[in-house]
Amino acid sequence: MPLLVPPAPSGTTFTTTRPAGPAPVPPAEIPPERLLYEETLPGGAGWSWSLRRHLTLRLTALENGANVSLICFNRHDLVDRYNMADTLKGQHTAKLTAGYILVSDMGRAMLSITGDTLGWHDAISGHDNAGIVRQKWGERSYQAARNEWFQNSRDHFLMELGKHGLDRRDLVANVNFFSKVTADDEGVMHYVPDHAKAGDFIDLRAEMDLLVILTTCHHPLDTAESYSPKKVKLQLWRSDPPGPGDWCRKYRPENERAFFNSEVLYI
Amino acid sequence: MSTLNYTESPLAPEKAAYRHKIPAGDFWIHKITAGQSVRIVDLEGNQAVDTIFYNAGDFAEYYSAQATIRGQRCIYLTTGTKIISSEGNVMLEITADTCGRHDTLGGACACESNTVRYGHDTKYMHACRQNFLMGLASWPGAACHLNKRDIPANINFFMNVPVTPEGGLMFEDGVSAGGKYVELKAAMDVVCLISNCPQLNNPCNGWNPTPVEVLVWD
Repeated sequence: MPLLVPPAPSGTTFTTTRPAGPAPVPPAEIPPERLLYEETLPGGAGWSWSLRRHLTLRLTALENGANVSLICFNRHDLVDRYNMADTLKGQHTAKLTAGYILVSDMGRAMLSITGDTLGWHDAISGHDNAGIVRQKWGERSYQAARNEWFQNSRDHFLMELGKHGLDRRDLVANVNFFSKVTADDEGVMHYVPDHAKAGDFIDLRAEMDLLVILTTCHHPLDTAESYSPKKVKLQLWRSDPPGPGDWCRKYRPENERAFFNSEVLYI
Repeated sequence: MSTLNYTESPLAPEKAAYRHKIPAGDFWIHKITAGQSVRIVDLEGNQAVDTIFYNAGDFAEYYSAQATIRGQRCIYLTTGTKIISSEGNVMLEITADTCGRHDTLGGACACESNTVRYGHDTKYMHACRQNFLMGLASWPGAACHLNKRDIPANINFFMNVPVTPEGGLMFEDGVSAGGKYVELKAAMDVVCLISNCPQLNNPCNGWNPTPVEVLVWD
């Protein structure tokens, strides 16, 4: 086994050269021999999963305007978790798309975005909660509406966290896949309605063993007229492990060093 | 540069109930009761003051960067900004600001994130999250053991980290200068945890961390 040594210190500027050429395009249809698991989540659902290193989680919007709010943790050390600021400032970006990685607060690459049909996923706006949903669309209780009740991301995050021995202290800043929020020169945030179209997908390759928690509730800034969270398909597939020249690893020098920090976990 | 929002405070420093200088690279943890005002003064200019607020009676309720920017629909913090907690409650409001803009997306430096940003030779340099851990470990009023789980995304007072319309995140020259300050009035009893950033790798402070002053009025 070759000796693992830290990659060179470099590339702290905004103008770092990125790999030449476009991002590799993952197969639109996952080869059947690589597909391991498939599930359709209704809108307004919560989900958690132990995602093994180097498997890829594909999220596919099944309806226009889908949203997936996501947080993730080191499966073996739950205090090591997704960190919004380290992810954004390390890669000089406020949005996520192919090439970027999600970084933990221990400097580790957690998920690499190896495929993306959309080009922009929101990393700054947080998740919705009962108050936001009530303010926009009113209230619909389980007693009155059974499975047609109004649900929200915060409640689902807390329920899924609780299943893994975690609580409010662990509800970190999240990512919103399939949603777009821009900021203008004054810093004012603008939500783009119906950013995702049915069929858009994103591939997230685990770079370490993870606990992934996600919800298919509305984006907190969603301007939809009625409460209508959208269906999302989840697929787990056996992707190739990242080699030394992997596109996400080489996307920025920072990424290479974050990959190293994950790989030393498996010595 | 877009508009900056300047508002001076009527509070006189000599009437402050509490004054303390936080040395360069040090931490400070202090309770601010509802109705009190806390001012942070950037004594020499462009010093990042990494700040977290907790509900003094329940540390599991803490400052939320995402709830705060979402609540005001603006990524920058300045006069009028309500500091929102993870439970959606208003913790404090910014009542004066002679700097005009503060960042909450850039987070705090850590030994581990420094290895990613600058290289592994920086791993053993002092960092803000070491300060946060010392502050949490030293706080006698916490009802539970506090650790890295209790470090959420923080505010960087006096830092300018613009987001471009294309979704880029920039680190601009500081908008602050010596003597500029930000002042917040507490809407609930909070514990304020500050790391006066010791960062020696980031050009924002000219590679020169400097002291800041905190003042509290009843």
